[in-house]
Amino acid sequence: MKRKIGLVVGVALVLVWCLLPVAWILALSFKSQAAVSNGSDPGFLPLDSFAGWSNYADVWADEQFRRAILNSIGISLISTLLSVIIATLAAYAIARLEFRGKKAVLSVALAIAMFPVVSLVSPLFDLWRTIGLYDTWPGLILPYMSFTLPLAIWTLTAFFREIPWEMEQAAQVDGATSWQAFRKVIVPLAAPGVFTAAILTFFFAWNDFVFGITLTSTEAARPIPAALSFFVGPDPFQRPASLLAAAAVIATIPIVLIVLVFQRKIVAGLTSGAVKG
Amino acid sequence: MSATTTASTAGTRAPRAETERARNENRLGRRLVAPAVIVMLLVTAFPILRALWLSFYSYSLTAPDDREFIGLSNYVTALTDSLFWRDIGVTVVYMLVTVAFELVIGFAFALVMHRVVFARGLIRTSILIPYGIITVVSGFAWQFAFTYQNGFVNSWLPFVPTDFNWFGDTLPAMIAIMVSEIWKTTPFMSLLLLAGLAQVSDDMVEAAKVDGATWWQRMYKVILPNMRAAIMVAVLFRALDAYRIFDNIFVMTAGAEGTESISFLTYRQSIEQFQLGMGSALAVLLFLSVLLVAFVIVKLFRVDLAQARGEG
Repeated sequence: MKRKIGLVVGVALVLVWCLLPVAWILALSFKSQAAVSNGSDPGFLPLDSFAGWSNYADVWADEQFRRAILNSIGISLISTLLSVIIATLAAYAIARLEFRGKKAVLSVALAIAMFPVVSLVSPLFDLWRTIGLYDTWPGLILPYMSFTLPLAIWTLTAFFREIPWEMEQAAQVDGATSWQAFRKVIVPLAAPGVFTAAILTFFFAWNDFVFGITLTSTEAARPIPAALSFFVGPDPFQRPASLLAAAAVIATIPIVLIVLVFQRKIVAGLTSGAVKG
Repeated sequence: MSATTTASTAGTRAPRAETERARNENRLGRRLVAPAVIVMLLVTAFPILRALWLSFYSYSLTAPDDREFIGLSNYVTALTDSLFWRDIGVTVVYMLVTVAFELVIGFAFALVMHRVVFARGLIRTSILIPYGIITVVSGFAWQFAFTYQNGFVNSWLPFVPTDFNWFGDTLPAMIAIMVSEIWKTTPFMSLLLLAGLAQVSDDMVEAAKVDGATWWQRMYKVILPNMRAAIMVAVLFRALDAYRIFDNIFVMTAGAEGTESISFLTYRQSIEQFQLGMGSALAVLLFLSVLLVAFVIVKLFRVDLAQARGEG
């Protein structure tokens, strides 16, 4: 009984830890801008300063912010798709084939996972301006792919090692064509791994800030995190906290949706990719 | 198809036994990994080599025609500047403090998640939200929480005056930055540790219990030693990540009050002040210092990365 109470308290602490700042930014996004700038309602919840949806309406009316959302969705989805396709090929080879240079590939992936992103910023800035990739979608998609490939390759290799590949042959023995065997046996087994890698890649691209602020200069390619940090609102001398909070909440919605739908898969992916004894 | 299957099932086959088949497999393997290797190196290898080259020049974007070769001067300037060493020190403090807290809190969370039988979906969902949330958003949330005009931190904390300015001095500003960093990354740590916990065999823990081991003894003598690999990998990954801290500093203080990390210094030199030569030298130093940190952690804790990746 005592143990059960301890566990309930533990669960409650975990939930408070994880959700308190989220609740805070949500509460802030409903406070009126006037109350926030003169500090008249300093409490956690918006009591006498409840502003309804007005902050959200103001943020949404901002052309640059809508553009940033579009950029982020487009850039993240394309990087995820390309990165996962390339990583699937590589992970299949690493998990199933014997070839020279396998160790080298894994070492490169490991080195890049540890790479200090900021040290690339100035040469990449210079290079992208020379070859015309500066402030374009491909200019961000390329670095996102390079930096998500290690994680995707790891996760997928771990998944592919677990697949009982002999089942494919078994299906063929039972009369399936090789396409049927692949389609009906291997794809369903590999799909969860591919899916997890895709979600983790998407999170990385959506979260990136360093490339976002250095390799873009206009709304042509600027993603959400960079747009948030440059978001000043009507009065540049006073950071519009509640407007920013509303923008931050909008930027978090896709993440929350993905987490709600796929939490089981993400946890499986994170835990299988990183540590296998 | 059958060639690859035999190869993977007979991984320890004698070399040169099936030369033709092995050669084909070798070729296929390389073709499959080639795109990944090319993309990974494209964006990293060339720029870092270029940074190395630029670091020997005095090169500013504001006067690109005045570029001249100055040898190691940029490195001498950086390494003899107290700002560089202070930023290294600040960065190391960020790394040590955040990883220590994340390890303890993350382990507690992992224990809760491992034991709990109810509301599993709810916990998983909640713990993934900080993991998935944009670091910039976390930085904003905590910055507003710590401001004395609108935040709740001062009124909730005892012994802190309600008008205490967290961003007015180095130490409190660093604490605010570290709180945001710890909040956002503890879930990642706890998930890695949860994977380690799941590998500790229940039979062993039960056996220790039957033999009369207390909770602490079971923890220290059975559970922790058996998840050593998981802990070390989690520490390595998080430490290297924390060493590169940038986003939270940018959003919360913009490097003011001496809260600047080495990544932020590099960024400031190259992007804000257009000193590409100096920025490149700092980039190279940052790269080398990350390697050094990785090396120290791997040596110090004897992390076995091959085992951690499941190649065992």
